[in-house]
Amino acid sequence: MSISIQTGDFDLAAEMQALRTASVNAGALVSFVGLVRDMSNAGKVENILLEHYPGMSEKALQNILVEANSRWQLLGVRVIHRVGELRPNDQIVMVATASAHRADAFAACEFIMDYLKTSAPFWKREQTAGGTTWLDTKASDVARAERWIQQGDME
Amino acid sequence: MKVNLLYFGRPREYLKLAGETAELSANAATVADLLASLRTRGGDWAHELEETRVRCSVNQELCPLTAPLHDGDEVAIFSPISGG
Repeated sequence: MSISIQTGDFDLAAEMQALRTASVNAGALVSFVGLVRDMSNAGKVENILLEHYPGMSEKALQNILVEANSRWQLLGVRVIHRVGELRPNDQIVMVATASAHRADAFAACEFIMDYLKTSAPFWKREQTAGGTTWLDTKASDVARAERWIQQGDME
Repeated sequence: MKVNLLYFGRPREYLKLAGETAELSANAATVADLLASLRTRGGDWAHELEETRVRCSVNQELCPLTAPLHDGDEVAIFSPISGG
């Protein structure tokens, strides 16, 4: 399990190659990449600023990976989250999972992404022609994360 | 008691402050009490730290505003999270 929080871009192909090499018994690799969107409620997005809580953000991601590991049979996980100033179409986040079978790899990848959205301390400030806005947590993201709650699990 | 305060997201920008050490009176027992005490600074503080506008963590764990505070805690106050 490996986590990076970085200002620089990442190379999905190189990351998947590294995960494949490190996960010798894997039968499935799944990846998700989140991008900066060009339109928001406030109009055309010029750029976004991504801020995080150093120390807690790594810990929160680590907790999510531990939880994913306890639910599914995973052979490897790689998470990269970028911070700093980004522009539309830039890559923001990558989650990649390796497992013996695709069902676990797919489910864990989606779970990690859904929990990251609602429980890891990152903030987006969007710049449009009308000014800057700190984005709110989306109700749809909360609903997606809540689908994964099982009795006795993470709050 | 003293707590180490950190600000992120919207309050960090609008209060123009990344962090501070706050001395709390003995009756500031929860994060909500801490927010109420910070709001008495007035101006942007009164507005930005309204309970509906902020979320918080204590010692790097997300928590409700009812979370109790202890001497030496690291308390972060921030706008709703929006990563990914």
